[in-house]
Amino acid sequence: MFEFKTKTKQLAIALTVVGAILWVVGFALNGSSSHDAGHGHDTHATEMHADAGHDAHAEDSHDDHGHDAHAEEAHADHGHNAHAEEAHGDHDAHAAHDAHAEHAAHQIANRPWSALYVAAIFFLGLGLGQLFFLGIQYVAQAGWSAGLLRLMEAQSFAIVAPLIVIAIITFLGFGHVHHMFHWMVEGINVPGHENYDAIIAGKRGFLNPVFFTIRILIYIGGWIWAAKLLRKNSLLSDNGDGVAMWNKNRGIAAAFTVFYAVTSSTSAWDLIMSIDTHWFSTLFGWYTFAGMFVSSFAALILLTLYLKGQGHLEWVNENHLHDLGKFMFAFSVFWTYLWFSQFVLIWYANIPEEVTYYMQRFEQYKVPFFTMLVLNFILPVLAVLSRPAKRVPGTVVMAAVFVLVGHYMDHYVMIMPGTVGDHYGFGLVELGPILFFAGLYIYVVLSAVAKAPLLHKNHPMLTESKNFHQ
Amino acid sequence: MGHTKHNPIVRALFNDDDVVLGAVKDLRSNGYHVSEVYSPFPIHGLDEAMGLKRTRLSTAAFFYGLTGLFFASWLTYYTMTLDWPQNIGGKPNAYWFLNMPSFIPVMFELTVFFAAHLMCWSYFAVNKLYPGAKAQNPDPRTTDDHFLMEVELEGEEADLTKKLQELGALEISKVEA
Repeated sequence: MFEFKTKTKQLAIALTVVGAILWVVGFALNGSSSHDAGHGHDTHATEMHADAGHDAHAEDSHDDHGHDAHAEEAHADHGHNAHAEEAHGDHDAHAAHDAHAEHAAHQIANRPWSALYVAAIFFLGLGLGQLFFLGIQYVAQAGWSAGLLRLMEAQSFAIVAPLIVIAIITFLGFGHVHHMFHWMVEGINVPGHENYDAIIAGKRGFLNPVFFTIRILIYIGGWIWAAKLLRKNSLLSDNGDGVAMWNKNRGIAAAFTVFYAVTSSTSAWDLIMSIDTHWFSTLFGWYTFAGMFVSSFAALILLTLYLKGQGHLEWVNENHLHDLGKFMFAFSVFWTYLWFSQFVLIWYANIPEEVTYYMQRFEQYKVPFFTMLVLNFILPVLAVLSRPAKRVPGTVVMAAVFVLVGHYMDHYVMIMPGTVGDHYGFGLVELGPILFFAGLYIYVVLSAVAKAPLLHKNHPMLTESKNFHQ
Repeated sequence: MGHTKHNPIVRALFNDDDVVLGAVKDLRSNGYHVSEVYSPFPIHGLDEAMGLKRTRLSTAAFFYGLTGLFFASWLTYYTMTLDWPQNIGGKPNAYWFLNMPSFIPVMFELTVFFAAHLMCWSYFAVNKLYPGAKAQNPDPRTTDDHFLMEVELEGEEADLTKKLQELGALEISKVEA
């Protein structure tokens, strides 16, 4: 039985607290307290723009985005200087500048929220992927994994904290605390209103506050319910009948798989695709799911090897690692396949309303966009393509780290362009949430692991798992 | 499998794959050389137990795939850029790389095609399988439900025969090399 040591516990709590503090400090420095300024006096708004832009760039110098190029791009894109000069003579340009400054102020103010949201979605994926995989083990009557089920159960509890944060952020959007979701803007569906948008109004049947809230609550309820139930039956079987538990869990898992097949797609539309409200892609749900699934395997591999390093899981050997490595490798390739399928059709057809999505990512997000392709596809392929490499902890861990970093960046490139435009970077507001959720993740998963024996001792296929070889 | 040594060969017939696997391990640990095993299906772990070298087919496959990739690149370059420049979605097509994303499916397919086909033909060639080739299988029962092992005879024949019987062989015969 694994013991969650005080030192590790303290480390997890420290990460959470430090992460939260960094985010709050970053939030304050981001100047979002004056985000209403955008609505106010013109000169004030312009100053705001310059100030806030300066802050963002100061933070940028921590990363390798190329400070100078970024600064130039920002000015070129917003035509800030040009507008300022014209503004004295031309009233229309003045008004346009007003609107522009307000838009830029909104984007800058969005940044802490978006950064928190990116990390929440990323860490949600780590738990959600394994919850689905746990269900698949029962549905597919898999025997090899019986000795790993307790880890998947523990990992699936990691969905709770990110889900709460995601719900809070999306619901705050209705109160216009931030402007991440353009379809939540007031009057967007009211003809004649200054914010009226015919395309978004046409999507009102799906994207409206009531239905959206109901859907979010259904995801939270359904996913957490499945995680709890699968875990409960599994624990009960330790003092009872393994076959009865297995049959019961198989039914739950089958129902959950169907539920998840639908909700994985719709949640991807709701939580991520609705940020770029005008744009849509029919395989966006699979794309998001593939990214979550592959990063959850990376997390499971790290958890397994950590526990093995602590002297537990003596029934897990290089054959099980090989299978986990295969899953991670396969879904890394699957993710790339979906990425390319989505990209090439849009690129090939070159229809303006579709291609804008990639235009922004190619022009403003070049570095993270191409870096994440390398991290998510090329490096894992090189690391774990060969059979022997999947049986050695070193190479598999290396590939897992590539995948985790790469999929954080993937979610970043999915969410940031639509919410902060070119006012992005990697500073306190991005680092804070990563530490915050990483701490929570470690705390939740390891305390769940510590609560029950690591061996699912009455699982009917345990012998198969122990004798598994390939 | 060419035999460089010219020791006589002893053939032993079994009717269970686990027994064969155990017998191979046992014989090899006793210093015998198991030169071949005939089986109606692949036996997990047998290659390791026999001490076979890792196949070089995967290395060959990599280069076959690379050939296919280059062929596809040349094919798309020649047909779509050089000989008859194609207008793809109104995008610039002055040189091949500008339209490269639309050629990725072709490049992928031809990479797989070359790797798979050439690997298959290489396998046939290395194993001397061609139309009209004589069967190398010493006993047709190994295509149904039996397993045949060939062991090079070293030392006394009686010792090896006894050992094989202990290990579960059903029939034992000796072939002069």
